Amino acid sequence: MLKITNLQKTFNPGTVNAKTALDGIDLHLKNGDFVTVIGSNGAGKSTLLNAIAGVWKPDFGTIEIDGIDVTQMPEYRRAKFLGRVFQDPMKGTAPDMEIAENLAIAARRGTKRRFVWGVRKEERVRYKKLLATLELGLEDRLSSKVGLLSGGQRQAITLLMATLNRPKLLLLDEHTAALDPKTAPKVLELTDQIVHKNKLTTLMITHNMKDAIAHGNRLIMMHEGRIVVDISGDEKKKLTVEQLLNLFTQASGGAVDDEMVLS
Amino acid sequence: MAFIYALPGAVAEGLIWGLMAIGVYLSYKVLDIADLTVDGSVCTGACVCAVLLARGAPVWLCVIAAFFAGALAGVITGLLHTALGIPSILAGILTQLMLYSVNLYILGGRSLVAINPRASKLLVHMSNNLRSIVAMGIFVTATIIALWLFFYTEIGLTLKSTGDNPDMSRAQSVNVKFSQVLGLAISNGIVALAGSMLAQYKGSANINDGRGAIVIGLAAIFIGLSVSLKIKPNFVVSLIGVVGGGIVYYIVYSFVILLGLKTDYLKMLSAIIVAVFLAVPYLKREYFTRQRELHPNDTNARIGGGENA
Repeated sequence: MLKITNLQKTFNPGTVNAKTALDGIDLHLKNGDFVTVIGSNGAGKSTLLNAIAGVWKPDFGTIEIDGIDVTQMPEYRRAKFLGRVFQDPMKGTAPDMEIAENLAIAARRGTKRRFVWGVRKEERVRYKKLLATLELGLEDRLSSKVGLLSGGQRQAITLLMATLNRPKLLLLDEHTAALDPKTAPKVLELTDQIVHKNKLTTLMITHNMKDAIAHGNRLIMMHEGRIVVDISGDEKKKLTVEQLLNLFTQASGGAVDDEMVLS
Repeated sequence: MAFIYALPGAVAEGLIWGLMAIGVYLSYKVLDIADLTVDGSVCTGACVCAVLLARGAPVWLCVIAAFFAGALAGVITGLLHTALGIPSILAGILTQLMLYSVNLYILGGRSLVAINPRASKLLVHMSNNLRSIVAMGIFVTATIIALWLFFYTEIGLTLKSTGDNPDMSRAQSVNVKFSQVLGLAISNGIVALAGSMLAQYKGSANINDGRGAIVIGLAAIFIGLSVSLKIKPNFVVSLIGVVGGGIVYYIVYSFVILLGLKTDYLKMLSAIIVAVFLAVPYLKREYFTRQRELHPNDTNARIGGGENA
């Protein structure tokens, strides 16, 4: 499904601020894999997702999605294969546009936009039903501007938008980290539902070790631009937070940062 | 009395600048690009119209040609920005400078080409303000309806989303660069069309036409939106407001002239009006609001994450 080979990226090369963000990543995802990604700040988690999404081009290595080499493909074109939810709830939706318009743009992801009506009547019916499944009371607000909604509501809509047109790969970049403690678990539960219902191949970054263990069928841990732990199947199901911390201490040579322990 | 006598002319000219302000609205408000091409493309529209009329072309052809000449200017700015990575404000300035040479070329090296209102059938002219107002009214209405419909199409929606949230747009497979070029083309096309109307109305095209047009456009937008956003914040009402803003601007303009202010100083007045409108939201935020409480959803209140170097 997703095949990443020897991916490398250095930001600000040749300067004192040079930072190797990805240091030879090899990653192979099977169809239907739900992989959680953990690691401390600066480990390269978001950089990896951005590389897959095509925000910039890598220095070296290749990225294949379903056998198609997308390494040189511009971001908007490879979006055809990808559903994305960002860390910042403001980033995934257009605030000055209606909920229905946002969804309609997402429903046409990967298609050529034409000179025809942008939101058709029968689409509105479909969106209404889909919004009702979120149980956020949005089904009667199709014509509301998205900017009027809360962060949690916007993130739920972004999730819907990312999966409206079934993506080959769903990229979730700490998509609950900016939400309040009440909303975050709801959005995470919703994520689980959508991923399972549509059998989506998913990469989910999280700061929360418990979440990383509870969700998905495979867990990878990154450190200094490399994948240092890769656990799947039964081994992952039995995993505890203590074990994970131990694994991290071994892999990183003793440097556990506070944030990971606290979460 | 003199003011009432000057009113029809102010309305007619206000409608022309209101049409131009619709073009500015598309770049400034919809695409979120401050496009300075406008100062040049108003003049390009005027020059193309005057020169074609002088050669005996029918007026409708002159207006259409002006639209496409302006659209081409918009494409140049768009490509400078998207294909060559030049910041949009500089791209606009560069095209504007290029257009000065282009406009001189169109005028055949002269700084002014006159239009003979007796020789050509014109759509608008200062000798008949009532007719001009009706003609401009039809043009403005048709433009608003066309844009209103356009922004409900798939392509129109992607133009809106490009200005509203480019990150989201790219993630939804919108070709943001294409949207920007297309948007700038439509915007400058409308601006040049207004320029062609201006040349007809005044009976000439001058190489200095359109200097400060962007500022007049912004003034019309700010004046118009200050009212229309309070009535109903949607696209059509906003556009009507913008045209109204253009008319108000020109009524004030004629009033100030009647009060005896030298026309030399009017550009200063326009710039001050726009500066005030641009500054007010900032001043409000900076000096007149209390510190807001941090909301859990506020991205600033969150710790950790986001490690892109």
